This record gives sequence, C-alpha cells and structure tokens, in this order.
Amino acid sequence: MTTRIDTRFATLKAEGRAALVTFVMAGDPDHATSLDIIKALPKAGADLIEIGMPFTDPMADGPAIQAAGLRALANGETLHSTIDLVRAFRASNAETPIILMGYFNPIYIYGVESFLKDAKDAGIDGLIVVDCPPEEDDELCKPALKAGLNFIRLATPTTDEKRLPKVLSNTSGFVYYVSITGITGSATPDFSKVATAVARIKAHTHLPVAVGFGVKTAADASAIAKGADGVVVGSALVEAVRKSLDADGKSTAKTIGAVTTLVSEIAAGVRAVKK
Amino acid sequence: MTIQQTLNSFRTGPDETGHFGNFGGRFVAETLMPLILDLEKAYTEAKADPAFHAELTSFHTHYVGRPSPLYFAERLTEHVGGAKIYLKRDELNHTGAHKINNVLGQILLARRMGKTRIIAETGAGQHGVATATACARFGLKCVVYMGAVDVERQKPNVFRMRMLGAEIVPVVSGSKTLKDAMNEALRDWVSNVEDTFYCIGTSAGPHPYPMMVRDFQSIIGKEAREQMLEREGRLPDSLVACIGGGSNAIGLFHPFLDDASVAIYGVEAAGHGVASGAHAASLNGGRPGVLHGNRTYLLMDADGQIAEAHSISAGLDYPGIGPEHAWLHDTGRVTYLSTTDSEALEAFQLLSKLEGIIPALEPAHAIARAVEIAATKPKDHLMIVNLCGRGDKDIFSVAEHLGGME
Repeated sequence: MTTRIDTRFATLKAEGRAALVTFVMAGDPDHATSLDIIKALPKAGADLIEIGMPFTDPMADGPAIQAAGLRALANGETLHSTIDLVRAFRASNAETPIILMGYFNPIYIYGVESFLKDAKDAGIDGLIVVDCPPEEDDELCKPALKAGLNFIRLATPTTDEKRLPKVLSNTSGFVYYVSITGITGSATPDFSKVATAVARIKAHTHLPVAVGFGVKTAADASAIAKGADGVVVGSALVEAVRKSLDADGKSTAKTIGAVTTLVSEIAAGVRAVKK
Repeated sequence: MTIQQTLNSFRTGPDETGHFGNFGGRFVAETLMPLILDLEKAYTEAKADPAFHAELTSFHTHYVGRPSPLYFAERLTEHVGGAKIYLKRDELNHTGAHKINNVLGQILLARRMGKTRIIAETGAGQHGVATATACARFGLKCVVYMGAVDVERQKPNVFRMRMLGAEIVPVVSGSKTLKDAMNEALRDWVSNVEDTFYCIGTSAGPHPYPMMVRDFQSIIGKEAREQMLEREGRLPDSLVACIGGGSNAIGLFHPFLDDASVAIYGVEAAGHGVASGAHAASLNGGRPGVLHGNRTYLLMDADGQIAEAHSISAGLDYPGIGPEHAWLHDTGRVTYLSTTDSEALEAFQLLSKLEGIIPALEPAHAIARAVEIAATKPKDHLMIVNLCGRGDKDIFSVAEHLGGME
C-alpha cells in the first residue's frame, strides 16, 4: 500500500531535496482561520502538513504548543471538528499529505475504530500519537496500520541501538527523529549530532527520516536538511500565529501572512540544500 | 461479583506489561520509555535485594518512627454505637503523613541508580515536603513542581520545602493545579534524562510507578494486619481509606485483598457533590481514559479533554485515580464511596473533639463514611480507618470555611 506520504517522499527524493514538514494546531486561533492557514501552507512551501489535535494535558510539549492547544480548545475545537478541518482541506487539495499529531485520550474517547474510519474517509494519511510507544501498539498503532493509515513513530536521543528495532518495527510513512531530549520548542539541536543520529536510524530502516524539535530559522532548516530526508517546524509557526493575534487573542489580517512568510523562508532554507 | 469468583488472587497484579486488567500500562513519550524500563529493572533488582529492604526498614524505624500505632478510637466508637473503630495512625510519621513511606523507598532506589537530582509534583504539598525531607537527608538536589494555585493556598508547606532546601517551581500552565504540576514534572524529566529521578507521589503514572508506590505503601497494611491479629486475635472485618490518587488506600488494602471476609471501602472526594460536577470522584463520576502514562478512570468532557477536579482537600484534588483502584472497582473487590466537602469538615471536627486528633482533610473524608458504616454494624465488627495525615496544614483553610477560630 502506497500512501500520499510515501509518494511525496519518493517524489522529493527524485528531485534531490529534503521535505519541509509544517506543524500547526487545529483550531488555533479559531477553526476558520486555522483552515485558511492550512490551505495556504502548500503554496508557501510545505511538503507535508502535521495538524495538532488539541489536548488539555500535552505532556511532551513546550509552552508555545501548550498555549496553542488551549487557544483552540477555548474556541471550541474538538477531535470531530479537526477531522472536519482535513475534510474541508481535501476539497481543494488532493496531494499534500496530512498527519494528525497529538495524544491518545481524545482518540480513545472518540473510539479507536470510528476515529480511524472517519480519519481515513476525511483524507488523513498518518498519525503521530506521542503517548503510544511500541509497548502499547495493540491500542492504536496496529489498528491504524490495518485501516490504511501510516503510524509515524518518534525516535529520540534516548532510543539506543537495542531499542531502535522495536521503535521502527511498526513504523510507516517516515520516522520522526526528535533531535533533543526535551519538550517541543525548547532548544536548538546540535546539528553535527543530528546527522550522526539520522545515519544511525537509517542503518535500521529504509523509511525516510524527518528531524524536528528546535527548528526556528531557514539556517536551522538548511543545517538539518543536509543530513535528513525531512525538516519539521512547529513551535516557530505556532508562535507566529500567537504574535499576530490582537489583544483579545483573535486573528487579525496579519495572521495567515505571518505563518506563510515564515514557512516560505524556511522552505527556501530546505530547498537550498541539493542532495 | 462473577469476576471476583474466577480470580485466584487480587494480589498478583500488575502483569508483566504493567496492566491491572485493562488498566495501567505505559502511555509515555518515547524519550521516557527507556527511562521507565531502566527504573523497572532497577526496582526489580532492589526488590530482590535484602540489603535494600534492610536499609529501608532501618530508616522506617529510626527516621520515620514506624510502626505507626493501631489505635482503638474508644470515644468515637462509643459515639457511633456500632463497630469497634481502630485508626491506623500514619499521621504520626515524620513529616505528618503516609507520603514519606513511598518517598524513602524511591529515594533509596534513586541512590542505587546513581541519580543525583530528584523531581516531584505536589498538590497540597505533603508529597513535596516528604521528598524535600528525604533529599535533605541524603544531600540530593530537589525540584518540586507545584501548581501556582496550590502555591498560593498551601503557603506553610511551600515555606517548609524551601527550609529543607528544595527549589519550588510554580506551574502556570493549564489549570495551575496538581495535574499540571505532573505534566511539568514529566516535561522536566524528558529534558533531564541523564541525572534525574522522578519521584511520583501516588500510585499512578506509567508502570512501574503504580506497583512500586503500592509496594512501598503496603507497609501500612502489613503492620495493621499484624497489629490487629495481636490486639484482637483475628483479622478486621472492614477497612476504610480516602482516595485521591490512592496511595494510602492501596497501601492499607493490598495485604488484605485476598481475605474475602474483609470488606474494603475507598472514599473519593465528592466536593460539592458528584451530581454538581465540582468534585474529584473519578470512579463515581468519571470514565476510563488515558492520562499521565496510564489508563484509568478520569474526569473529562465528551471530547476526552481532562476536566478540573474540585475538593476542599488539595491532596484529593486530582482528576484521575491509580489504575489498580480502577481495576479493584471494576472487579467489585473494593467498594468506592464518596464524601462531600461539608461532610469532611464535620468529620474533621468530630475526630478532633472526640479523640484529640486533628486529622488532615483527606482522611476526614474516610472518617465521614467510616462513621456511617460503623453505625450499621454490630459491636464485635472490627474496622480500621487509615488516618493517613495530620491536620496542621489544614487548620487555616478549615477556619476559613467554618467562619473563624472563635
């Protein structure tokens, strides 16, 4: 089975460049604006889109993404409306891969089987669920693979040689290498270590490896693109949304442009690296 | 009760994957997975090492003041006119609550693992004080995460922790209470994987924490069992304990789970009443979900977003419960009741006036239901109530609720 994610990475490999994976939070700052942001991302240079599923208790996220989730929840975003968001995006874009990223509880409460069916029907291609490690694969990972979705796993600096095969065993689409031991948006990674780590993962898998956590600028993106198949940017985009809001936390005329301008800059950084 | 009849034992959990029936598990980010696997390995080794137990027992005896007395509450018994009520007096422990039992176990384990920095979450501050105490004793760096709201309402404990040399980090994310303190402690752990040990204060979190905390707290039930056999020549007929995350309760209950003649009652915090929505009764007013590394009963909305708990007692103010309690609830082995804020305040005064013991607001919840159950029992019914903390920390907030000290 080939998914949009597989196709996109294969195409970019043929083009000789890394992918830009952009993360934004569903419903941030409100449902309609986040749909407009997501619709604008491919043209700005996003090759794959990760959409955050807001959760009250995002234990692996830093302040920027925590706050984005709370803004979305305060404006009534739910997992149902997040799936609707992707359905609306798919009406005008059939190619860009969409990955939902978040935590297990809202999916568990939605019901795993109905969630997977609705997600697939809406045009969602993959899932990253932070608190579902390989030890809990029966819960969501295996049913997701069976439903035809990619299940993208995080590998971290603490994932040693012995553990890597276990982490990679039911992973599909790509591997998301978390470049620091820490929460999202915290530190800038040591780029020399990133390339070594990517090589270490690639020794165990044919899947593309995308690297995230700590990417803020075009220069960061270039540095990572040299050693990885994809560059993930999240907290910096979510911060761009926040800074564009008015005093009441509402979107302004600047909101969409703030995100697309930054995405364009970072995309240029990714595309500057020929492979 | 059909499940109960098919089980040979209620004391064998969790299974090797950390599940109690369908509850528990290891729902954590990949960064933490290797750490909790290391912890599990280190704990398994320590558990089999007589030197570890000898060291822990020595600290129990000479530092904590164990065994804690099993005290016959004669005037409370006379007042109720039913069952004979005993109090397991863990409020007499060093630092004033049962929390130190678990903390000492975990800190001795952290030392064996070569960890030099201890982090903890705290709600009311009792677990934070116990952790800061043990860290002072062993010269370890201690960082305590505490919701900004709790920092405000538990000032004496904040001061205590600072006196003991701990760094207090007020947590301003989310609802700024215990669950957010736990999120922030997990974020710290993800960021400081090399030198840091996360000392969780209750029998919740990812495997092996619920098992490990239960084992360390089971000293309560083991002692109570021996003490009752010595005093009355037989086992008690009932046990009653309050439940937030549920560590004092599982500590008392666990050694008795396979004694079918012992009726066991856990008491959740009903706040303004379970029907009001403002409560902390995960079993009586929640449903199964996944948070903080384990599947258990949680308070949440229809979308799976975690709700804020409410209780007059900051120690019970948590929207979840340990996974073993969730399983004991579903199997029917333990009966889970609840007590409202105002009932707890009445019980707080009752025990103070009749026995000269000011309980913490947490066990006051247990006292309220214990008194009610005891009244329906014959005079030869033996009941043990876990008095898991003393009320010094609560006198100001109680005074506020009762309208002054006059």
